[in-house]
Amino acid sequence: MTEAEVIELIDSSLAEEFELDRADMGPTANLYEDLGLDSLDTVDMVIVLEGAFEFKIREEEAVRAIRTLDDIHRFVLAKIEQES
Amino acid sequence: MAAQGLHRVSITGIGIVSCLGNDLETVGTALREGRSGLVIDPQRTELGFRSPLTGQINNFDPKILSRKQRKSMPDFAVWAYASARDALDLAGLSAAAIENEQTGLIYGCDSSCIAAVEQVDALLQRGETKGIGSGQIFRSMTSTVTMNLNTLLKTKGACWSLSSACSSGGHAIGQAADLIRLGRQERVICGGAQEINWQSMCSFDGLGAFSTRVDDPATACRPFDADRDGLVPSGGAATVVLERYDLAEQRGATILGELLGYGFSSDGEQLSVPSEDGLSRAMQSALQQSGLAANEIDYLCAHATSTPAGDAAEAGNIRRVFGAKTPRISALKALTGHELWMSGAAQVVYTTIMAQQGFTTASYNFERSDEGTAGLNILRETDSKPPGKVLCNSAGFGGTNSSLVIAFN
Repeated sequence: MTEAEVIELIDSSLAEEFELDRADMGPTANLYEDLGLDSLDTVDMVIVLEGAFEFKIREEEAVRAIRTLDDIHRFVLAKIEQES
Repeated sequence: MAAQGLHRVSITGIGIVSCLGNDLETVGTALREGRSGLVIDPQRTELGFRSPLTGQINNFDPKILSRKQRKSMPDFAVWAYASARDALDLAGLSAAAIENEQTGLIYGCDSSCIAAVEQVDALLQRGETKGIGSGQIFRSMTSTVTMNLNTLLKTKGACWSLSSACSSGGHAIGQAADLIRLGRQERVICGGAQEINWQSMCSFDGLGAFSTRVDDPATACRPFDADRDGLVPSGGAATVVLERYDLAEQRGATILGELLGYGFSSDGEQLSVPSEDGLSRAMQSALQQSGLAANEIDYLCAHATSTPAGDAAEAGNIRRVFGAKTPRISALKALTGHELWMSGAAQVVYTTIMAQQGFTTASYNFERSDEGTAGLNILRETDSKPPGKVLCNSAGFGGTNSSLVIAFN
């Protein structure tokens, strides 16, 4: 999977789960301030990412530090590289 | 202020999602024409149920709320939202009018079984609790209806759910009325909601309390009839907007009825067999608060679920209050099945619909009484005379009873 494909899978999965408008989903979009997610949604975000990429997310502190879509992209890309 | 410094309580809005329909016109037509909402669910037979009979909600669009909003809501909480939205629209209350400390929420609800099942399944399947998802905790609590409606409607007053088995909805409306009567709330959005899935009904089916007259679902539920053989489980959601009478008048609201009295009692006897006098004490108490004499009631909307023992007990309690001359009586569960936690609130909505649309629904499927149900003036045909002064009964497992007196004229 290319980096662009990974990013597309992340964005499309999150858009479906949280009914987000793709037009609002630029890499700098803040999940909480711009996209309207809350702390409960991060619980479901982890489930969505685990389902989409078939890995387990154990890095709870790293997840808590996520603020923007780009943070998610970089987190997932690093995890894929780490697991390969 | 009314006598003793208490406030009068008006009904200014109603809404319902039931097996008879999801709007007041459709439900009114079903009540007038005797159209049943009961069906066969073949899956229940395959699963080992004694009875596949059930109520069914049709043509309901849950997308009135977003996926994110629904994540914390079981289906019956979404039904409750739809009925509340319709009731508030009818009452003419805007969002701004209810976002305050004088507006409360009280719903009857005594389970959220499906969510409890789903969260356990999710854990066993995924092997870790974080795989359950964020919504299940809020879906699985018995207060799920009021906690979710509170976040959606932004009311800031009373907010709780009331659990008293099949009288939950009746007590919820009664307690809401008391809060208004005492001056503690100006308006309360109240009602009841009931899940309908097989998971929530399997253990009840195991008691042998459900009708097994599967040949014709429309005639299976036969309240007060000599050939009744059990109830038919059902569900949905019903909402009533209660409002301080003087404030409703001041803002020019259409007053649909006045809630004159609420009586409650408990049996203190058995879990599943109603007592000889428990419900009669609730009726007497409601009448006393209403200021009406028993002979001023012209319609009694019975709890009668079509169980042999329950209907006979209610009949005995009615005779204890009204003697040999009872008001017109019908049991709407013949058409709706037993809406359990919702039923006491649904009765208020159904009788208000009848008053608005100008008829009183017959007690369908009643052909002849037996020794236990004799002596009641059971309405055999739908009457063109609407209900005027009404008494609505509901009773629940453990012997908890609610009676409401409502005046429509």
